[in-house]
Amino acid sequence: MSIWEYANPKKFMQTSGLVLPWVAGLSALCIVAGLVWGFFLTPDDYRQGSTVKIIYLHVPSAMMAINAWGMMLVTSLIWLVRRHHVSALAAKAAAPVGLTFTVIALVTGAFWGQPMWGTWWAWDPRLTSFLILTLFYLGYIALWQAVEDPDTAADLTAVLCLVGSVFALLSRYAVLFWNQGLHQGASLSLDKKENVADVFWVPLVVCIAGFVLLFLTLVLVRTRTEIRARRLSALLARERMA
Amino acid sequence: MMPDLGKYAFAVLASYGVSVLLVLGIVVLSVWQGARVRRALAEVEARQGKTDG
Repeated sequence: MSIWEYANPKKFMQTSGLVLPWVAGLSALCIVAGLVWGFFLTPDDYRQGSTVKIIYLHVPSAMMAINAWGMMLVTSLIWLVRRHHVSALAAKAAAPVGLTFTVIALVTGAFWGQPMWGTWWAWDPRLTSFLILTLFYLGYIALWQAVEDPDTAADLTAVLCLVGSVFALLSRYAVLFWNQGLHQGASLSLDKKENVADVFWVPLVVCIAGFVLLFLTLVLVRTRTEIRARRLSALLARERMA
Repeated sequence: MMPDLGKYAFAVLASYGVSVLLVLGIVVLSVWQGARVRRALAEVEARQGKTDG
């Protein structure tokens, strides 16, 4: 058995149809459990007060905003190299989901930043590269809509995805390159001193798992829709020619 | 039951409110688009005597 079997739309539809209810259910369970735990059952932080509760939304959404672009990069490369249509459609399907996570991260970051930094926004390296990543998401979605031929659209958006990956990487690692930013370092670290306290860490990890599964659920749902839409347009074209 | 959010109540509740709305928005949109395309495909396949792959 090979992973390339799933490049066959029929095989992808069969397998994703079986997996989808489980992934969706587990995602809902993790998100509800993580958020209820984090909101109601964790204490305030000694410096940040109750704003620490924003961490359960901000960190998972920011993480998924960047990882979604990473997933789009991998599927775009598969399209460019192996010309598997399902991978191009999966990248297309992931973009609006990634954009949603990006907007959540920006909005919750602004709500968190205002009381902590005294400003809604700062031209900090991490924030700025994240804003540029948002613009890349918008451009990517617009490019898919603007080009009529689906294969050409897949080619052009794949190239755009490669370029945008620079900003996805910068969003994650900018705090390591530049010290002058307001944004703190990573909340999750293998270094015990840098990691958030255990009382916040456990519900945060549950929320992250929920957001990962939510992303997977939505990408599967949307990829299935894209495959059906492609088949629909092929059948309609055949009908017109008959 | 509701924790005391103090002077940060607006920031915390607004973050949760906006996030829930955005997540619900993308979920509803994805499911609605999926149902719409599936219905349209089923109609065309029924007309042409084919089955979904």
